[in-house]
Amino acid sequence: MFVFNQQSGMPAVKADIISQLQQDILRIQGFRSKLTDTIPDIDLGPVNTAFPNAIFPTGAVHEFLCAFREHAAATTGFVSVLAGNLMQRGGACIWISVARTLFPPSLKTFGIEPDRVIFIDLQRIKDALWALEEALKCPGIAAVIAEIPEISFTQSRRLQLVVEQSKVTGFILRTSARAASTTACVTRWKITSLPSELEDGMPGVGYPRWHVELLKVRNGRPGAWKMEWAEGKCVVIPGNATTAIIQEQQLKVG
Amino acid sequence: MSKRFMSIWFRHLLTDWHVRRQPGLQDMPFVLTTPVHGRMIITSASPAAEAQGIRTSMSLADAKAIVSSLQAFDDEPERGTQLLKALGEWCIRYTPVVGIDLPDGLILDVSGCTHLWGGERPYLKELITKLRAIGYDVRGAMADTIGTAWAVSRYGKITPIINNGEQADAIMRLPPAALRLEEDVLARLQKLGLYQIGSFMNMPGSVLRRRFGQQLLIRLGQALGYETEAIEPLHPIPPYEERLPCLEPIRTATGIEIALKVLLEQLCLRLQKEGKGLRTAILKGYRVDNRMVQTEIGTSRASHQPEHLFRLFELKIPTIEPALGIELFTLEASKVEDVASLQEALWIGNPGLKAPAVSELLDRLAGKIGEDSIRRYLPAEHYWPERSIKQATSLEEKPATVWRTDKPRPVQLLSKPEAIEVTAPIPDYPPMLFRYKGKLHEIRKADGPERIEREWWLDMDGGEHRDYYTVEDTEGQRYWLFRSGHYSGNQSQWFIHGFFA
Repeated sequence: MFVFNQQSGMPAVKADIISQLQQDILRIQGFRSKLTDTIPDIDLGPVNTAFPNAIFPTGAVHEFLCAFREHAAATTGFVSVLAGNLMQRGGACIWISVARTLFPPSLKTFGIEPDRVIFIDLQRIKDALWALEEALKCPGIAAVIAEIPEISFTQSRRLQLVVEQSKVTGFILRTSARAASTTACVTRWKITSLPSELEDGMPGVGYPRWHVELLKVRNGRPGAWKMEWAEGKCVVIPGNATTAIIQEQQLKVG
Repeated sequence: MSKRFMSIWFRHLLTDWHVRRQPGLQDMPFVLTTPVHGRMIITSASPAAEAQGIRTSMSLADAKAIVSSLQAFDDEPERGTQLLKALGEWCIRYTPVVGIDLPDGLILDVSGCTHLWGGERPYLKELITKLRAIGYDVRGAMADTIGTAWAVSRYGKITPIINNGEQADAIMRLPPAALRLEEDVLARLQKLGLYQIGSFMNMPGSVLRRRFGQQLLIRLGQALGYETEAIEPLHPIPPYEERLPCLEPIRTATGIEIALKVLLEQLCLRLQKEGKGLRTAILKGYRVDNRMVQTEIGTSRASHQPEHLFRLFELKIPTIEPALGIELFTLEASKVEDVASLQEALWIGNPGLKAPAVSELLDRLAGKIGEDSIRRYLPAEHYWPERSIKQATSLEEKPATVWRTDKPRPVQLLSKPEAIEVTAPIPDYPPMLFRYKGKLHEIRKADGPERIEREWWLDMDGGEHRDYYTVEDTEGQRYWLFRSGHYSGNQSQWFIHGFFA
């Protein structure tokens, strides 16, 4: 009787199990559901719809392509916004780089207390990767940012496995990503500058504006947005920037 | 914090002890004697005997001629030391560092202890009253130096407590004997009419040394605080060191790891009990071939976590060369500090930089890649961009001023401004075009100028003020450019200094 019942109920149970397992996998990979929240949330408005469960994946490694200095500057701004959100509860941030040009006082504009950032400046990429892995292992840290020229798939896989344990958020800025090789990172972004706009044609330079492209996101939908950092908030500017990314994706497929 | 010492003088140490043993001797003239070259010489006399003119180093026969009812007891040479040791042990309830001052005194290091008795005066009173109640006639004094405390306890007449830094005034009126000098020096001083310390205290050192020897200068310095003087505590504070002898010489990394773990556990257990943590530790390996190999670690915050310290040492193990084998390991904590215990996470949320995990991570990084590559910045009050930040010296250091956000600052700042070619239409206007690394940028929007004057009192090499412009090109990329000095047509020098987000 008992066995029979179980068999008859099988399809429904199976679906449950599968969805449960899917949720588990997502959670392990750093994607979270709304209920299990202890880490501060990053609210990027419409951008959040691109992620599974519509929540920015913390406890994962994010990758940013920035081949040019100007892109690197824009990316630094965007990453600072993300890290600033993670640091809101008082955590520390580690900034690892090979040949750093970052100017700490500017972080304040993006909501980070620059004195809560520990910079680790290294010469060799090998050392930087080791430091990055060690930092990501450390659960007391809000965010780890690394500016390194290149990272291989194996190296990124190692990092992803580390953060799945420690739930630390990592951001990798690939500064010479000419051949955008595959990595095990959860997302891949590209941030470029957009001309700022001031109301009523006022003179001067306006708030920083970025073209935020989410090139890849595991289990999510990639997209592109226009964003502006104004008065302590990152807001999405309506406009059809999404088309560009879709075209690019199609080009790659074609 | 300045040190405070207390000196206790037992005026009649041995006779008081006899009175305690035989209360009948109270107020009786009696002496203690010891045979010297066949004569009985008095080594100490009771207060009643002293009152009648009996002094130490008199012969017993002479004394008996003065006081016929004088009783004499045999003196045991070690008795004084034994008594002082026992009294010193008793004094440990007042301070952990007690030293014996032969023949008839104790020295107490009371730094940081007196407030427990409500200040120095109640502390001194309590100690003296207790000792007097036991039956010892004592005098005590407290001062910054052992020398002054000793002098005032023996010869002082005004106050037993010498305030911080007032040693010179305190000993000025005292006789030279208060400086613990030898007999012949005292005799020479007496002969020259120097009856008070004040009359030679300010003489040049070379004069005093020539006439009275180096010892006078040392004693004077010790009393005034120029020379250091240490007391030998009854219970010496053992150094933080652990030893591990090995039956067989150790030759493998695994062996070293095991030895290290054992040593760290022992050391950390002790540190934990005492609420201390180590900042630096040295592991020494004594090899079979009589050489010594050693490796050192440092932590950014005092720690007594064996796992964490082991991880730091683990990075250094490959540098230890066991050669034929290591037969003895010693682990020494060369710098030990109090551990700042953290509050429970419930109240403080995320402790940020104070989290032990963060300092442990930094220790590990510093151990492998060097401390120089780990930096943290604080704001400095300078407008010149290169000087507007300074490196923090420790994790605890807080910014002294706020981070300024009123003026635009780029996220990327070139360590050295790079020269660019520009086309600028009119003075004090931002450029229309600029060429950087071969690429032409057409400027659409601009802000500025923001003039930053040179800090001529800091930079010696000269240079000009800078007029900074924030510019945005057609693609929306934002740059920080400046013109060095005033506008001078085509001669103006332009530089790029940074990139905005």
